[in-house]
Amino acid sequence: MLNFSKIKKSLLTAIWFMFLTFPIMVIHINPVEKAVEWRWHNMFLVGAGSFLLSLLWHYLIKKKERCFKDAGACESDTAPFLQRFMNEPRLYKPALSALTVISLSFPFLFSSYQVNIMTTALMYAVLGLGLNIVVGLAGLLDLGYVAFYAVGAYSYALLNHHFGLGFWTVLPVGALLGALFGILLGFPVLRLRGDYLAIVTLGFGEIIRLILENWNEFSFGPSGIANIARPSFFGMQFPLKGATIYIYFLMIALALFTVFVVSRLQNSRIGRAWEALREDEIACQAMGIDKTRTKLSAFALGATWAGMMGVVFAARTTFINPASFTFIESAIILSIVVLGGMGSIPGVIAGAFILILLPEHLRVFSEYRMLIFGAVLIIMMVFRPQGMISMTRRIYRFENVKEGRGIDK
Amino acid sequence: MNPLLKVSKLSMDFGGLRALDSLDLEIREGEVLAVIGPNGAGKTTLFNCITGIYEPSGGDIYISNAGGGMERINGLLPNIITKKGIARTFQNIRLFPNMTVLENVMIGRHCRTHSRIIGAIFRGRSTVQEEKEVVRKSREILEQIGLSEYVNEFAKNLPYGAQRRLEIARALATEPFILMLDEPAAGMNPQETRELDDLIRGICDRENISILLIEHDMKLVMSISDRIVVMDYGKKIAEGAPDEVRNDPVVIKAYLGEEFAA
Ligand SMILES: Nc1ncnc2c1ncn2[C@@H]1O[C@H](COP(=O)(O)OP(=O)(O)O)[C@@H](O)[C@H]1O
Ligand SMILES: [Mg+2]
Repeated sequence: MLNFSKIKKSLLTAIWFMFLTFPIMVIHINPVEKAVEWRWHNMFLVGAGSFLLSLLWHYLIKKKERCFKDAGACESDTAPFLQRFMNEPRLYKPALSALTVISLSFPFLFSSYQVNIMTTALMYAVLGLGLNIVVGLAGLLDLGYVAFYAVGAYSYALLNHHFGLGFWTVLPVGALLGALFGILLGFPVLRLRGDYLAIVTLGFGEIIRLILENWNEFSFGPSGIANIARPSFFGMQFPLKGATIYIYFLMIALALFTVFVVSRLQNSRIGRAWEALREDEIACQAMGIDKTRTKLSAFALGATWAGMMGVVFAARTTFINPASFTFIESAIILSIVVLGGMGSIPGVIAGAFILILLPEHLRVFSEYRMLIFGAVLIIMMVFRPQGMISMTRRIYRFENVKEGRGIDK
Repeated sequence: MNPLLKVSKLSMDFGGLRALDSLDLEIREGEVLAVIGPNGAGKTTLFNCITGIYEPSGGDIYISNAGGGMERINGLLPNIITKKGIARTFQNIRLFPNMTVLENVMIGRHCRTHSRIIGAIFRGRSTVQEEKEVVRKSREILEQIGLSEYVNEFAKNLPYGAQRRLEIARALATEPFILMLDEPAAGMNPQETRELDDLIRGICDRENISILLIEHDMKLVMSISDRIVVMDYGKKIAEGAPDEVRNDPVVIKAYLGEEFAA
């Protein structure tokens, strides 16, 4: 398994890393005492660390290759486990009630800071579920998803600023405008696939941001819009602490709503058409599916959630400017979908929580947190490209085969 | 009586290459028409033109419509042509690999069902009813094709012969009146080919679906077809009943070369 050549390779890697990091890790100039400190122990740490990591890397690669050779031998998929779990009421009922109790009592047990992070995670879960329709189900790589988020946020900010419209009025408007912009993006990219599509959508995202940045009369430019009203509760406004908790519960409700709608869409005629489009565009058309309509509906229904979350974002921060809608946002949402598991609803939710909560809770490691975060992403994609929780397929059971009557459960 | 499908003077150019050259063809009701010819003769291109994947460079394609008249279908989108009742399989299998066998067939039902986004979200009675009907019908087709043991398998995990049959099942789910099969026996063993023979004949006779078949397995072609069209270099070089075609010197020349022609 771990033979001599692997150890030698890792040793070389370790030496290479010690050499590379020598100037920053070992030499330290102390400007006060005007002296150079030699931190040799750092060199040792780097060497040992990269040696161990390299060994682990080789070991995992080897293991993966073996799995590849005799498929099925290392079937360690989470999907069957999750499926069995969901089919066993004795198991999932207590788990579900525990989850309910925790999420209901969370804001009363933890600080506002924690509640805020949790709200952010929920928002990204909804964004991930929306992008999942486009990327995971319909297989259209969209790198400009943040544009729809911006559309939602600015529609609330502007409607609130100019006309004093409230959060609850604009929430559906934002969703609708998101869908409209989804279709607007959809038309020019109907003929594009893969990398070409990715580049055009990337451009679209940038265009929207640049318009918001430069069209001062419309969007107030880089200085953004401040004093946006927080969501009201039957006409009442909460104080700051109350508002945090209120938005937390609002996000729980919206997330549940999203899961409900998205899972129904996925398990429907239109959801199947999206997946057929992802699997094989030509065969999909030859089976009678209207490619144009199917693609546009995927873009529209994906963008709807971004529009909606944009409204929530504006209402929550009470201040927005174009800087909140840069490409990095699209990249994070895409990472959530890919890391969680394309096409899998529980996967995307788990992905959102890990990608948002992990960097926050890694703050104890201060400047190393982004390094760890990046490493986790790379390792995931190399060793588990299908994501944490891979998509499950619906199983149809037939009671009486002879009668030919399908009873789907 | 009008033919179900009529191709007249059909041409298709790829740059300088003329893949179809003024081809004429007719499919009549209830027949199995085989198209044979050497590799590169333009058979698959013919399929792609009829099903709307390519727009022909010249000529016309007509199908008979419900009123008994003929309707030109050149350049219509593939999904429209499928909806009009022409279904096909592909030479290099094009299933939806990461979907189950049943779902593959359910996709075929798409163009005969109607539920929309709103229906999918609210799941009203008609949507639920339609969904049940799709499952029932798809299941029935799988049983007929002999794939019911695989219902919940991924399409990509099926044995090769079963994948070919699944393509047929999926095409049947669109309720065609013409079924076009592009080398359905390619890569099948003799036993599977015999079963395929029965299956195709059965589809033609019982379901009253006319069949347009591209095939290289001459035993299958001779036993199954009512008529045969022979193509070479995009042209039709012979047409007739299996026995006539078999003994046609032009055909023998095209297949075996000059010196074998009597
Ligand atoms: N999309 C295409 N672009 C360019 N040439 C093509 C294309 N499709 C087919 N051809 C050419 O057309 C000719 C006929 O091909 P095809 O119809 O696949 O033959 P067959 O199915 O009879 O073996 C071949 O010379 C092939 O190279
Ligand atoms: Mg061919």
